[in-house]
Amino acid sequence: MGDLLRRCLMKRTDPDAPQKRRRGAAVALWGVMALLVLWALFNLRAIGDAFVQFHAFLAYRFIRRALIVGMLVSLCASLLGVTLVLKRYSMIGDGLSHVGFGALTVAMALGFVTSEGLPAFLPQGLRGAVARLCAGIAANPLPFTLVIVVVCAFLLLRISEHSRMRGDSAIALISTSALAVGVIVTSMTSGMNVDVYNYMFGSILAMSTSDVYVSVTLSAVVLVLFALFYPRIFAVTFDEMFARATGVRAGGYNMLIALLTAMTVVVGMRMMGTLLISSLIIFPALSSMRLFSSFRAVTISSAIISVACFALGMLLSCVYSLPTGAGIVAINLVVFIAFSAIDATR
Amino acid sequence: MALIAIQDVTIAFEGTVAVDRVSFEVARGDYLVIVGENGSGKSTLMRAMLGLVKPRSGRIVYGDGLEKNRIGYLPQQTAAQRDFPASVEEVVLSGCVNRMGTRFFYNRADREKALGNMKLLDVERLRKKSYRTLSGGQQQRALLARALCATDAMLLLDEPVTGLDPNAAAEFYEVIRSLNRDHGVTVVMVSHDLSGAMRDAGKVLVMNRGMDFFGSLEDYRTRFAEGMVKGHG
Ligand SMILES: Nc1ncnc2c1ncn2[C@@H]1O[C@H](COP(=O)(O)OP(=O)(O)O)[C@@H](O)[C@H]1O
Ligand SMILES: [Mg+2]
Repeated sequence: MGDLLRRCLMKRTDPDAPQKRRRGAAVALWGVMALLVLWALFNLRAIGDAFVQFHAFLAYRFIRRALIVGMLVSLCASLLGVTLVLKRYSMIGDGLSHVGFGALTVAMALGFVTSEGLPAFLPQGLRGAVARLCAGIAANPLPFTLVIVVVCAFLLLRISEHSRMRGDSAIALISTSALAVGVIVTSMTSGMNVDVYNYMFGSILAMSTSDVYVSVTLSAVVLVLFALFYPRIFAVTFDEMFARATGVRAGGYNMLIALLTAMTVVVGMRMMGTLLISSLIIFPALSSMRLFSSFRAVTISSAIISVACFALGMLLSCVYSLPTGAGIVAINLVVFIAFSAIDATR
Repeated sequence: MALIAIQDVTIAFEGTVAVDRVSFEVARGDYLVIVGENGSGKSTLMRAMLGLVKPRSGRIVYGDGLEKNRIGYLPQQTAAQRDFPASVEEVVLSGCVNRMGTRFFYNRADREKALGNMKLLDVERLRKKSYRTLSGGQQQRALLARALCATDAMLLLDEPVTGLDPNAAAEFYEVIRSLNRDHGVTVVMVSHDLSGAMRDAGKVLVMNRGMDFFGSLEDYRTRFAEGMVKGHG
């Protein structure tokens, strides 16, 4: 017993302990990398075939559309992700996507509303109008979802800034509640059908032409705002108190970032899946922070990683008919492991 | 006229009073040290001087050409900053945001100002280094260079030497003293480290929610003689 205690204590005070742990991590990470490389070497042929097949897929309009929308959304998500991760707000993206899922299922369920089903004491005209409105929302659920998610983005920001409840628990509360609402609404109406499955895990088939316009506009807005306000965004991200003291309206920038995040989440979530969209925000920034040590390098690297991982993930998704979101997260995970391995051996 | 006048200021958070009816003035060229127990309202008072928290009552008046946004601030460090991926140059340059006005990007004058302050604080050779790899003393000097980019007139420093080893702390005090004496920068500093901070101070403010003492260093010494014994020891 005493011996065990002594050994524990010695472990505590072992001056090489952090270094040993680091070396252990490096060995493990490089082990994973080596396995992946070996696998790739033995499957070179299959990998080549996959690229050829993907090239053939690109002949389809809807695939090209999905690729464009996805790369633009990935770009936006990665830029926003750098500040969200560094400000410890990355849970907000996750929370928003769950809210998006809830809102989307509610919007779809509104399609089941008929004027006969509404309470009889309401005047006939009002019942008809409500039913038409519901049908309209169900037919085109994106605007409705966007409104709900934007409202929740403001709410989540408020909570994490002002509430006495810990920010992350408040977000978990809201996001799980939204998920529960979504699941209850679906099982009471359509049941867990293919649509719902696609909403959760993502599908490239979901992109319409209007999505292309929306995503092009969104990414233009995000890129321009990010570039123009880059010095101020850095200031607010690095040290909000100092930025406020020097007259930067930090609250405004936080709102702006939450708003753009909400829009990115809504546009991207049907392709990535609501459960996985937040990975687009978190992964590229985390991977980049492993290797790069200036804000500018982290930002640029995140953007490149994000777009490249999306393209590769989509290839996986097309060729092996995986859910899109899952393929992209898998590629991002590989990049993260590779960057961590390099970081651990430096 | 005073650079900044605190007039009967009371600050409260959801009913609990953090700063209770405090009044004092800071004149150009002053070196004021604020001391007091943990939770006695020092940081809150400092944030009010920067316009970051609104007093419940009382007024804060800026004068002698000082603008609220043109004060250099060195906040009490937060954990988030310590592992932030940013180069020293990026950090120092970010002190220039209050000089940008309606501009979107830093201009040449901003970059020169940042470079000058990095030289002044001897962090110029670290400019491409990552902020998170610096020692505590180097980090504080980088943040001080940033604060100097934001001001020519006045620095507010919140426990700047906490966590520094004695040598780094002594060096830091030396820099502050030289800024105050040779460059005419007005200094207000919150400090726990009485002996080090007091040596250079012209005035002392003792916070205890209310104001326990405000006056010159000599008056403070005669008033709190036993505290000085501890300070020298
Ligand atoms: N943002 C805040 N919300 C609620 N209470 C606060 C806040 N900031 C400070 N306080 C309270 O005000 C009091 C003074 O805090 P502070 O000014 O940080 O003290 P000091 O810097 O002297 O240690 C403390 O009781 C603290 O709990
Ligand atoms: Mg304090």
